[in-house]
Amino acid sequence: MARIIVVTSGKGGVGKTTTSAAIAMGLAKKGHKTVVIDLDVGLRNLDLIMGCERRVVYDFINVINGEASVNQALIRDKNCNLLYILPASQTRDKDALSQEGVGRVLEELSEDFKYIVCDSPAGIEKGANLALYFADDAFVVTNPEISSVRDSDRMLGILSSKSRRAERNEEPVKEYLLMTRYDASRVKSGEMLSLDDVQEILSLELLGIIPESKSVLTASNQGVPVILNDKSEAGQAYADVVARYLGEKVPHRFIDSKKGFLRKLFGGRS
Amino acid sequence: MSIDPQRKSYTPPVLEFKSSTFFVPVLILYSHDVHLIEQSLHEKISQAPDFFKNSPLIFDVQGLNKENNEFDVAALIEILRKIGLFPIGIRGGNEQQNDQAQALFIPVDAVRSNESVETQESAAANIEPEPETTESPPKADMAVAAPIAVPTPTTIPTTLISHPIRSGQRIYAAGDLIVMSPVSAGAEIMAEGNIHVYNTLRGRALAGVQGNKKSRIFCSDLQAELISIAGDYKTSEDLNDNVRKKPVQIYLQDRALIIKDIA
Repeated sequence: MARIIVVTSGKGGVGKTTTSAAIAMGLAKKGHKTVVIDLDVGLRNLDLIMGCERRVVYDFINVINGEASVNQALIRDKNCNLLYILPASQTRDKDALSQEGVGRVLEELSEDFKYIVCDSPAGIEKGANLALYFADDAFVVTNPEISSVRDSDRMLGILSSKSRRAERNEEPVKEYLLMTRYDASRVKSGEMLSLDDVQEILSLELLGIIPESKSVLTASNQGVPVILNDKSEAGQAYADVVARYLGEKVPHRFIDSKKGFLRKLFGGRS
Repeated sequence: MSIDPQRKSYTPPVLEFKSSTFFVPVLILYSHDVHLIEQSLHEKISQAPDFFKNSPLIFDVQGLNKENNEFDVAALIEILRKIGLFPIGIRGGNEQQNDQAQALFIPVDAVRSNESVETQESAAANIEPEPETTESPPKADMAVAAPIAVPTPTTIPTTLISHPIRSGQRIYAAGDLIVMSPVSAGAEIMAEGNIHVYNTLRGRALAGVQGNKKSRIFCSDLQAELISIAGDYKTSEDLNDNVRKKPVQIYLQDRALIIKDIA
């Protein structure tokens, strides 16, 4: 049985798709057969970030409606042969999704894959609710600013009451915090919420901090998940996240700008 | 008698009758207008749908009957069932209403305790000014009868919550509410009794929502958006800095909300 990871946030533009692409790639690179699904029907983005937009023939909605088989719609990633992408439809909207249909497709994928990463749309409407309904693990992507934190909190509430695990009274969805677009120097000057502020409000296990980095935008525009750029801080941070998720003990980095710099110095010397 | 249970132990009993006490909400009706009742029921239930879902219920028409208003019990039962409640008894009905209820398999509550208290009290009130000495022994009897009936105002069990209450979530407790985990901004906790939050309170907390002015709010870290007791409220803006982020209790005194250090 596959583990279903939903990447969610409530608020838009915080880095859900970037994160989905990065961790799916990271898991595949670690040798786990992984599929990443775009559930943002109508606003298809994941294929762009993954750089496979020119190879989309069938999409998730086609599969749900029985117009294509899962295998016809899956696109194999060009960088890693253990990673597959199931794109969203650009021409339809979220009403085309049905709980039963999504469940059926996920079940079919479960037989073949180790991890299923679902890129959730923003908002708390049908698409987002469907994405989190089937979750085993939830990566809550949050920016260090108050409205993003509030929305994440709301999302966590929905997760704990509306997920399939909650409905069936099973072990609750495992929730992790992923702080993205973190700028340590702006935190220091008080312009951004600090990690402690966010942790105090959300009280969640921190899976990682992704520093604000120019490499993210570059990677998105090139269609190469940022995790493949091991020179960029964001890429390294995502690699840490994947390692931590898989149970490795990796210390947190990029929390403090000074520390990061010192550590770099030490790293260079030793 | 003492041998009996021993004998029983040889052959396990098929069934057994036991007496047990239950807490059941009582719906007290003040209006005989069925449509009005339906409307206000919908309003009440929408405040706490989970609490009322599939709830058993006894309805009390005693007050109505005092005013001698005609009341259609069958119509009420239909409304209650339609709305998702399970009426399991009628209280204080007249003969015709009781017959009507029984025809719909709704048992009639004997009402002894409540009715007797009310009637005796009113009787006592009438009697007291009279100086007749012969009346005093029954009065003493009444005094005994009353305390027995007093526990009937149902004690509703306390609700305990140990998971974080997130933004957008609402909790309604029919009695007291104890929360062990943080209450996020944008969350709302309500209780008909007291509220205790042994953590940070950032959302809204409303105690005594059915009008209990004696209810209080306790919390170990006050950062609430709004606090209210029996409808009197303060918003975050009205909290001054010597109570913010402190362990406090909040209570009502002469219609003023008092926020005070616990320590």
